Amino acid sequence: MSEQGARMENRRPAKVQWSWTNPKARAIVYQVLAIAGVAFALWFFVSTARDNLARQHIASGFGFLDHTAGFGIVQTLIPYSEESSYGRVFLVGLANTLLVAVLGTIFATTLGFVIGVARLSRNWLVARLAAVYVETLRNIPLLLQLFFWYFAILRPLPVPKESLVLLPGVFLNNRGVVLPRPEFTSSTLAFVVALVVAIVGAAGLRRWARVRQLRTGEIFPAGRAGAALVVGLPLLAWIGFGAPLAFEHPTLGAFDFIGGWRLLPEFVALVFGLSLYTAAFIAEIVRAGIQSVSKGQTEAAYALGLPVGATLRLVVIPQALRVIIPPLTSQILNLTKNSSLAVAIAYPDLVSIFAGTVLNQTGQAIEVISITMAVYLVISLATSLAMNLYNARVAIVER
Amino acid sequence: MASVTTAAKWLRRNLFPNWWNGALTIAALYILWISVPALVDWAFIHAVWSGEGREACIGPDKGACWPFVTANIDQFIYGRYPVEERWRVDVAFLLGVVGLVPMLIPSLPQKRWNAVYLLVAYPLIAFVLLVGDRPGLVRVDTDLWGGLLVTLVVAVTGIVASFPLGILLALGRRSEMPVIRALSVTFIEFWRGVPLVTVLFMATVMLPLFLPEGVSFDNLLRCLIGVAIFSSAYMAEVVRGGLQAIPRGQYEAARAVGMSYWQTMGLIVLPQALRHVIPGIVNTFIGLFKDTTLVLIVGIFDLLGQVRAQLSDPNWAVPQGAATGYVFAAAVFWIFCFGMSRYSVFMERRLNTGSRK
Repeated sequence: MSEQGARMENRRPAKVQWSWTNPKARAIVYQVLAIAGVAFALWFFVSTARDNLARQHIASGFGFLDHTAGFGIVQTLIPYSEESSYGRVFLVGLANTLLVAVLGTIFATTLGFVIGVARLSRNWLVARLAAVYVETLRNIPLLLQLFFWYFAILRPLPVPKESLVLLPGVFLNNRGVVLPRPEFTSSTLAFVVALVVAIVGAAGLRRWARVRQLRTGEIFPAGRAGAALVVGLPLLAWIGFGAPLAFEHPTLGAFDFIGGWRLLPEFVALVFGLSLYTAAFIAEIVRAGIQSVSKGQTEAAYALGLPVGATLRLVVIPQALRVIIPPLTSQILNLTKNSSLAVAIAYPDLVSIFAGTVLNQTGQAIEVISITMAVYLVISLATSLAMNLYNARVAIVER
Repeated sequence: MASVTTAAKWLRRNLFPNWWNGALTIAALYILWISVPALVDWAFIHAVWSGEGREACIGPDKGACWPFVTANIDQFIYGRYPVEERWRVDVAFLLGVVGLVPMLIPSLPQKRWNAVYLLVAYPLIAFVLLVGDRPGLVRVDTDLWGGLLVTLVVAVTGIVASFPLGILLALGRRSEMPVIRALSVTFIEFWRGVPLVTVLFMATVMLPLFLPEGVSFDNLLRCLIGVAIFSSAYMAEVVRGGLQAIPRGQYEAARAVGMSYWQTMGLIVLPQALRHVIPGIVNTFIGLFKDTTLVLIVGIFDLLGQVRAQLSDPNWAVPQGAATGYVFAAAVFWIFCFGMSRYSVFMERRLNTGSRK
């Protein structure tokens, strides 16, 4: 009580002993100095920036976002023309960045898990190959790998007329990859509706099975039934509509392919390079996660009579994921931030067209760079927040 | 005879224990069969090994164009650093090696003075040697620097600057003073949340607007500042991990014997904390070393930038030029990064056995 009382008293500023030997007084002095230092730096930079802008006649403020951009962009996911505004350019760049980030995350995570598991394989050759992959890719700068894929592999490819045929209907040439485009018909709609219904149904089934198992102890194979539902229902819907396979196949015109889906070589190089590079890091994380689950856990599960599959699913993977998720998140964030290297191979991402072209045209460096940085900050903070929530759910509940 | 059966046993156990693993082995063998011969063929058998200019490398069925590398090797190392002054780069490099090698061998004594030399004296000596502008040394402006020289300058400056800065930030983040803590957290999270490319853009196009008229920085120096600040934020998080691993009792015991804050940190906590996170620190260094390539985006010619520059030389416009140049650069980066990661594994093992004893 008396100790607490003393601390309470010390917290009141009036009672602080103003002596250099008192740590509390010193702490206050340090903090006031720190605030003063930061405030002075801010004042200094803001006032010099204002003088510089006025002297160089650079406009300030965000009005430029409404001005007409007047340049074309090679890949636009949302409607855009040369008459569109700089604000629209920002949105186009953001969409392109997010596209690369999402696709890269999917590929890198899948490949990373496969290679991480392969590194722990009992198969000597498979484990060695995975190790060589990881040690090669993660020790070479990403930018260099992007240059390699783009300048040394994709750009010297033959012209469209002599395209390499990867799969029937899929062509690879110096203008990128051309794919058949699925056409949207009523059967596509039915397929999508059936898929959504099946996913919702499978989730409901799983819930019901768990509740029933808790109540009665009976096991219902919810995983297999759900998988059958997700595959079967859309398939049924598709066959029900007469199984139409509506693809718009690309055809070779005089100089280039007409129709179909076209992926820019810059896009292919960026997604490919980012995925391969990040997969090497994810593989190491997955390996460490699986190794962190002690052997006793697996042995105990076998001793209880759990089959191999159930041991993996119910004992090893949940515990490994707890170790894997936090560093995996930071790798996905790294991938998102690394997608800004697009600027070096001229893929029109946020940095390339907004912090590059728009900045050059308007000269408003402060506004443009601030907006660009803010976007990445928001993505980083939002992802960390989402992952922290997930982490709190899977973390060990200690009594 | 016996060795044949052991080999067969080994094969059976490690490659064909069951049908599933057998299939995997065959798939792996197939991958090797389509990739390794093609690579060997490109890099050695059909490669061009000698020749004066691009003519040697032109033609069908030609592999790697190694004369491109041998003819440009000086540019790849020194950039446009004047030929008659290149000995200064060599001397600076040798002085660095002389300081670094004894530092890396744990059994050698006098680590403290070695560290002082590496972290304080060497950067000054190297700066004077490389920049010059002293009696007897002609000034060499940084826009003439290039190649591996710039890569190493950026990496070494980044490492030397980010290490102490990162430790200070980590201490700040765990400080009991709320203002210091808040400032450190904001600083760290801000720099960790943005890509290095935008930081470099900021350093090159935005920073000049914030400086008074007449004050201007060298372009390379601006990038160095950007890289150092950026990596110090990552270093801070690594060091924080080490600080958190130190039990409270260590802090309390140091306080109990009357040590001040800086004595506690410098003599008790940091030596233990840093030892815990050597792998993390080396990983940050490796990341920093790879990130040095990004300076080419803002117009500085590091090793990769120099390779690109030589590739655009019409005298060397050959079909396999790009592949050859990038494979060469990749090999150089790989040797540095792989070396660092092996060293970290070595140190980790050494420290582990030390504490297990």
